Amino acid sequence: MQPLLEVWNLSKQFGGLHAVRNVSFSVREGEVVSIIGPNGAGKTTVFNLISGFLQPTAGEVIFRGQVVSRLKPHQRARLGLGRTFQIVRPFSGLTILENVMVGAFLHTRSPAVAREEAMQILRFVGLEHRAHQFPGSLTLAGRKRLEVARALATRPRLILLDEVVAGLNPTEAEEMIRLLRRLSELGVSAVAGVEHVMRVVLRLSDRVVVLHHGEKIAEGPPEAVVRDPVVIAAYLGGEVTAGA
Amino acid sequence: MEFLAQLPQNLVSGLLLGGMYALIGAGLALVFGVMDIVNMAHGAFIMVGMYTTFVLCTRLRLDPYLGLLVTAPLLFGVGMLLHRLLIERVAHASHMNQILLTLGLSVALVNLVQLIFTANYQQIRTSYSDAVIRLGSITMNVPYVISFALATGITLGLYYWLMHSEFGRALRATAQDPMAAQLMGVNVRRVQSVAFGLGMALAGAAGALLTPVYYLYPTVGANFGLKSFTMVVLGGMGSVVGAALGGVTLALAESVGQMLVGHELKDAIGFVVFLLVLLFKPAGLFGGQRA
Amino acid sequence: MTRWREAAIPLALAAAVLAVPLVVKNPYHLNVAILVLVWTTLGAAWNIVGGYAGQLSLGHAAFFGIGAYSLALTAHYWGWSPWAGMAMAVAVSVPLAAAIGAITFRLRGPYFVLGTLALAEVLRLVVLAWRDLTYGAAGIMVPEIFPGLSRAPYYYFIALAAIAAVGTTWWMERSGFGYYLTAIREDQETAESIGVNAAWYKNLALMISAAFTALTGAFYASHLMFIEPDIVLSEPVSVQMAVVAIIGGRGTVLGPLVGALLLVLASEIFRAQFQQAHLLIYGLLLMLTILFMPGGVLGEIQHRLRLRAAPRPVIGTTFSSSHESSGQREVG
Repeated sequence: MQPLLEVWNLSKQFGGLHAVRNVSFSVREGEVVSIIGPNGAGKTTVFNLISGFLQPTAGEVIFRGQVVSRLKPHQRARLGLGRTFQIVRPFSGLTILENVMVGAFLHTRSPAVAREEAMQILRFVGLEHRAHQFPGSLTLAGRKRLEVARALATRPRLILLDEVVAGLNPTEAEEMIRLLRRLSELGVSAVAGVEHVMRVVLRLSDRVVVLHHGEKIAEGPPEAVVRDPVVIAAYLGGEVTAGA
Repeated sequence: MEFLAQLPQNLVSGLLLGGMYALIGAGLALVFGVMDIVNMAHGAFIMVGMYTTFVLCTRLRLDPYLGLLVTAPLLFGVGMLLHRLLIERVAHASHMNQILLTLGLSVALVNLVQLIFTANYQQIRTSYSDAVIRLGSITMNVPYVISFALATGITLGLYYWLMHSEFGRALRATAQDPMAAQLMGVNVRRVQSVAFGLGMALAGAAGALLTPVYYLYPTVGANFGLKSFTMVVLGGMGSVVGAALGGVTLALAESVGQMLVGHELKDAIGFVVFLLVLLFKPAGLFGGQRA
Repeated sequence: MTRWREAAIPLALAAAVLAVPLVVKNPYHLNVAILVLVWTTLGAAWNIVGGYAGQLSLGHAAFFGIGAYSLALTAHYWGWSPWAGMAMAVAVSVPLAAAIGAITFRLRGPYFVLGTLALAEVLRLVVLAWRDLTYGAAGIMVPEIFPGLSRAPYYYFIALAAIAAVGTTWWMERSGFGYYLTAIREDQETAESIGVNAAWYKNLALMISAAFTALTGAFYASHLMFIEPDIVLSEPVSVQMAVVAIIGGRGTVLGPLVGALLLVLASEIFRAQFQQAHLLIYGLLLMLTILFMPGGVLGEIQHRLRLRAAPRPVIGTTFSSSHESSGQREVG
């Protein structure tokens, strides 16, 4: 079966700097794949290339069998490619419910339907009791949930989650991971960008891709990647024991 | 070839006007380019400089060029005051609110002047208003030459001062990173007030120098205001020298361009250039270095 | 049921607006009422782009002037009826909006504002210079849409236009389109990430806005019976449109009506003192609004009501905060 997302030899140069070089990986239907790498490893650039906010210098992005490398972000969203941002970006002048409704308008014109669906999604992410408040009243963890909810409202097939747990305390991170594991209930696959290798992340992921200085240095099931000497030498060191 | 025959005269006229444009551009570059405050009132400040000079000339019988010595310091003070009273309150707000506040200020100033001086065109006359210098087939009005010389002197002096003075260093530090500048012991608030005052003083100086060679009317600044953004954009943002060069370039483009499109569309040249530069060469013609 | 209840207040308001000439008979007062509605329509038109979509245009005089000149020139050269001229005004404004949008929406933040200002100025200068066609600064006579002494027909016409413009905003605020424009204003990139074709919706908003503006321009020309570039194409027209909406409340349905009432009445009251400098009030009120209630009169009221509804403090509000996208210094 064809993978949901295929990334072929993706490269991005800024001036002389190779932010991403020759990165390839794929995501199958229903999978959760984590991209691990410290700040500056190129995760956000990869997300921007896949979602269309950056144009690759070389390489292709294929989503649901279609080459999307030249499509604009909103066209990719329309095909079912959702994303969140590393720095949360709520529409702060809209209520939490309205934020999510904007996403739902991708597949309905009726405000009533959009409101109903947005409410369901808020229940799914556990923000239903905050629906009529403004995003400014949420904690960072809450805003990250809102980001996920807003993206889910577009009914994506795949969601790119940039830094899902960064800045969250262990309890909040655990809750976020639990939420992400339930994405399959909605039939959504996920690519999660993660800075630090926490146990929870490893438990979450079906597969892990490790980026280092913009290049992929390892890929595989979490347990294998953690033991990969290349990964340990390049990056992991003792950090993997940190837990959450 | 009539075009070629008139070209030298137009180039010289453009260059003379360019001296004043340089001053206008440098003033806005300090405020918009360096301090990142979108000042829609720059044109109105020029107009205020012109009317201040006009009053000094007609009431106190002061020579317009001596009036410069009053106009510029006066507007410097007013500028610092405006910064403390108004601009500072939106310095950290969105660009949109800066635009709207300074736009309101501009509209208020223009209409205040209109209320006091009426909308009529006015002009000052000096003993040398009609004097000309002839160089072959080229004629230069003496007031234009004096204004050009003074404007160029002020622009160069400003540049030297910014590059070599303690204030210049503080200003550049503040422009790059206000937080870091604060930590390094720069009085950021004061630097910003002074920069805004300086920007207004430069607009006032340009106004004073324009007074002997231009008509006055309350909306005279409108075109200069929008054009000053053209100059800053041409100069590649954030660069005082770039904006000054942008000013000279725009003046030359206007004086040569009006031979092609006619006098009435002369002002449109600056606006078209503005759009073209933003769309196709957003870094400006003279690179983007800060100075 | 709820639909009807929701529509009851707007319908009552519309009926009240239409009933004004039954009460107001004094021609001077009726003219002031016409002016209020002219600026309500213009403010509402501007509000679609400048308020809801957050694209602060200072070039709407271009659409107003094109509307006015469409009526004037088709009547003058082709002997068209002013009604046909008015249809022409709307028909011309939409492609003009598409062209202006194609240029200016590539610019961000302050450059968008300056770009719209520059384009409108270029248009004014061209109309001034093209004397063979437009009679330049000498101006041109415009036929009346309602010949006769009574101003009441003019009132009814502009009242219907104002109701249409404000009604469009009212409908918009309740539709996905309105949500999309607000999302674009709040954060264009995020909006794109959830499937909003920002470029298209901004252009659509501008086209709708331009159509109402041009219609009002044609109406105003016919009401005034004479136009010249400085009356219908100059920067103050653009500024007034924006100021009306901003003072009343950017991104609120009735903000333009409130702003128009405040500003037109204030101008009329101070007309004797300020004469031609009546825009002084616009400038001062704009400054005060930005400093003390950036959301405008209705924005401020709405904000307070929402504050009361929300149990926890609201941090981000639309126009008072500094969150506008960090990329606003980028160009293109």
